[in-house]
Amino acid sequence: MSARVGVVVFPGTNCELDVAWAVEQLGGSAELLWHGERALDNADAVVVPGGFAHGDYLRTGAIARFSPVMESVARFAAAGGPVVGICNGFQVLTEAGLLPGALQKNAGLAFLCETVECRVETSASVLTGLATPGAVLRLPINHFEGNYVCDAATLARLRDEDRVVVRYVRNPNGSLDDIAGVCSEGRNVVGLMPHPERASDSMLGSEGGVVLLRSLLEAAAAGAAVAS
Amino acid sequence: MPVDQPLHRRLGLTDDELGAVVELLGRDPTELELAMYAVMWSEHCSYKSSRLHLRRLPSEAPWVLVGPGEGAGVVDVGDGLAVAVRIESHNHPSAVEPYQGAATGVGGIIRDVFSMGARPIALMDPLRFGPLDDARTRYLFEGVVSGISGYGNAVGVPTVGGEVAFDDCYRDNPLVNVLCLGLLPHDRLVLARASGEGNLAVLLGSSTGRDGIGGASVLASAGFDEGAEEKRPSVQVGDPFEEKKLIEACLALLDAGLAVGVQDLGAAGLSCAASETAAKAGAGMDVDAARVPKREPGMTPVEVLTSESQERMLAIVRPRHLDEVLALCDRWEITASVVGRVTDTGRFRVYDGLFDAVGVAGANPEPPRGDTPTPTSSDQTPAADVPVESLGDGPVYERERRRPAAQDALVAADPAPLLAERFPPGADLSGELLAVLASPTVADKSWVWRQYDHQLFLNTVVGPGGDAAVLRLKGTPRALALSTDGNARFCRLDPRTGARLAVLEAARNVACAGARPLALVNCLNFGNPEHPEVMWQFADVVDGVAEACTALGIPVIGGNVSFYNESEGRDIDPTPIVGVLGLIEELGDVPPAAALVPGHRIVVLGATRPELAGSEWAAVVHGLDGGRPPDADLDGARRLHEFVRDLVTERTVAGVHDCAEGGLAVALAEMAIAGGTGCTVTPEPGLEAAAWCFAESASRIVASVDARPLPDVLRRAAEAGVPAVDLGVAGSDRLVVEGAFDVSVTDATRAWRDAIPAALGATAAR
Repeated sequence: MSARVGVVVFPGTNCELDVAWAVEQLGGSAELLWHGERALDNADAVVVPGGFAHGDYLRTGAIARFSPVMESVARFAAAGGPVVGICNGFQVLTEAGLLPGALQKNAGLAFLCETVECRVETSASVLTGLATPGAVLRLPINHFEGNYVCDAATLARLRDEDRVVVRYVRNPNGSLDDIAGVCSEGRNVVGLMPHPERASDSMLGSEGGVVLLRSLLEAAAAGAAVAS
Repeated sequence: MPVDQPLHRRLGLTDDELGAVVELLGRDPTELELAMYAVMWSEHCSYKSSRLHLRRLPSEAPWVLVGPGEGAGVVDVGDGLAVAVRIESHNHPSAVEPYQGAATGVGGIIRDVFSMGARPIALMDPLRFGPLDDARTRYLFEGVVSGISGYGNAVGVPTVGGEVAFDDCYRDNPLVNVLCLGLLPHDRLVLARASGEGNLAVLLGSSTGRDGIGGASVLASAGFDEGAEEKRPSVQVGDPFEEKKLIEACLALLDAGLAVGVQDLGAAGLSCAASETAAKAGAGMDVDAARVPKREPGMTPVEVLTSESQERMLAIVRPRHLDEVLALCDRWEITASVVGRVTDTGRFRVYDGLFDAVGVAGANPEPPRGDTPTPTSSDQTPAADVPVESLGDGPVYERERRRPAAQDALVAADPAPLLAERFPPGADLSGELLAVLASPTVADKSWVWRQYDHQLFLNTVVGPGGDAAVLRLKGTPRALALSTDGNARFCRLDPRTGARLAVLEAARNVACAGARPLALVNCLNFGNPEHPEVMWQFADVVDGVAEACTALGIPVIGGNVSFYNESEGRDIDPTPIVGVLGLIEELGDVPPAAALVPGHRIVVLGATRPELAGSEWAAVVHGLDGGRPPDADLDGARRLHEFVRDLVTERTVAGVHDCAEGGLAVALAEMAIAGGTGCTVTPEPGLEAAAWCFAESASRIVASVDARPLPDVLRRAAEAGVPAVDLGVAGSDRLVVEGAFDVSVTDATRAWRDAIPAALGATAAR
């Protein structure tokens, strides 16, 4: 049975079809979840994809956290379900309190779309289960607000608890401690600024995201097996 | 314009044009009618100076589904798929307010494309600015790029290419052209037709404000003088989030078969969209200005009908589908209001409160049920009542054309002798190479395109910085190649040749990706058409484009003309920008990059002649801008393109790059930088080294070829009638042209990569 990935769509989201396509290329199945509805359609994993939810005219993710679907995503996460926020999705998850910290404007005060190198820091997360710590993946970033910040106590906890999932090899945006992605205490909620789905195919210049998406599908399938 | 002028002149109509309006109406126009004719008959909307000439462009081919004159041109790309393409200018708004001018340009072109039923999947932005040492130019450049980035990224359409050039002639008149490409299944193709009496015109999207009133007539159809800043209120403000919702809602409407036609509201706003859809359907339209949602109270019908508020679409809907349409719009959180009704009167009538008065079509807030009776207009005087086709059927002018008096002297000023004197045989040209690489037009543009999302939709196999962008068509073996080009310096020296060269370059770039050209769109940027010299340039450019397209078998499926790019009486150089769309039948793998491969032989295809006129080296580095532009041999170009297409399709070449600005020296340097390897080459005999390095002879391509297939490639080139020369070998960390220059790849990279960030005081990409 292939893992079912629910992909959340807010008005203004624009990476939902890309995530769905990449998931399906890897043998998963994808279902779009409209933000105004609460049903997760029996998803085994949820991805909050990139884009500009509700236009992001306020602080990014500030409105999206109030969408009805986010209540269900929070419950799903609390029950241990795999949840991954990519780019704008990461911003939404921090706003929703599912992940610590916040994303502020890039240090260079410009939008950045480029492929960067990221180092896998832990394999203990739903997004990196199949990856080798220390492995360097080439992943595209595409954001204006990707500069990760948190307070000192939070940073200390993230480090102590091995919750920094990926770091930039060369920091492109000023992120604290080169952080590109973090996970929750339960390790089942992961947020990252780089786009694994944009590095899922050699034709796109990198396959660095494949191991991440495969990890997610495996975590989803494992969860589904436990549930049934 | 002085306030004491009569109203029609203040609105931009000439006395003769007013006379024509009075004659066709048989009475004096009302204020609203006058305002509508002023915008619809403006140069920007009516093409009154260009229409006669544009007819000479070839527009037909078996694969063309929709030619010029609609929202976008559409071509078949197989498997039931079609591609819609359009190009437009947003020059004047961007000169006045660069961020919003560029942003709303992106928004407008996207609406044109999805109004055809196509999902917009790619943007390209050809830009022209003055010199970067000018503070205002830097402000315009940074503002335009952030406007494109801010709008394009947020609306969710990747910007996959474009080009940027800098020249003094654009100092006060930057050019901001934007091309959008959309993908659609054949059965979703829809034309903007308001057919079917009783059908409803539903306005979707943003409410209507006082922004952009007179944009087409006041701003886009006149040059700039000292009062340019005062025109800022004529620029609109963009809302990419609203547009994103509109794209999804309109495509969903068309997928569900809920709209007869869709039209965007662009220049001239509702008056243009409503009258044009009705005129094209041979019908009529009644519009109720009172039904249009407004941003502020007290707006008059004149303001409502001519506002250019952004992010609005007009859908023509059957009454029985209205409930479903409103529900769908509600889901996407966009406002939808019935504002008009299709009639069989052949008239375009505007009322203020009509639908209230007869109690029908009250979709807002109460949608009508069942059949909606035709409103009787007998008891209400319309604010406008004109023959529907007359608005779009403006005057056509055959304007006077005159070859500029200085043209002969300009062409006679060949830079070659002077340059030969300054750089005799044996002179070290290393510094010259670095200077050309650091010329902003040649230099690395990643500072620009790093700010654009160029990857969304996972189609971008080759993105910005390549010869042509390559977009795969998922689910098929095919891919699209797209390139925009145009070199105004050549057009200034000889508009007709320059226009041919622009077409050849775009077609050559597409050939470098292994694609067959399917269609061309053009954006013709010129000065004041009331100057006979400008019309001479324009007519010649049209001829040049037509000749090249005919020779290469490329239909012109759409275009845009931007006149009045003048300031203080000074016209820009004629700047035709063309976009060529090509189809790759079987992509297979990523096409060869514009890069050298260590150990490979380096081959140039095409003939190099001492053609330095208009070159980056002569004109920019040395300020010698006269002469006769390079020869634009059309047959030779066609042979070259076909040959290169074959080599690329077979993957016989591992690297391939178009040779353009900066000549062979720059083409080799760019391939060396991209490949991270140097090369050692020997200039062809019979030419002085400097001329060989920097001449910009057309129709040349540099290829990186493994030594084994090389003899076969040279033999086949000879058979195909394509000049081909083995220049040398790739390798080492130095860029060496014997007898000309010897620089390290590191130095060349630095000169090329740092020029634009340094000029802007920014940090270069790593």
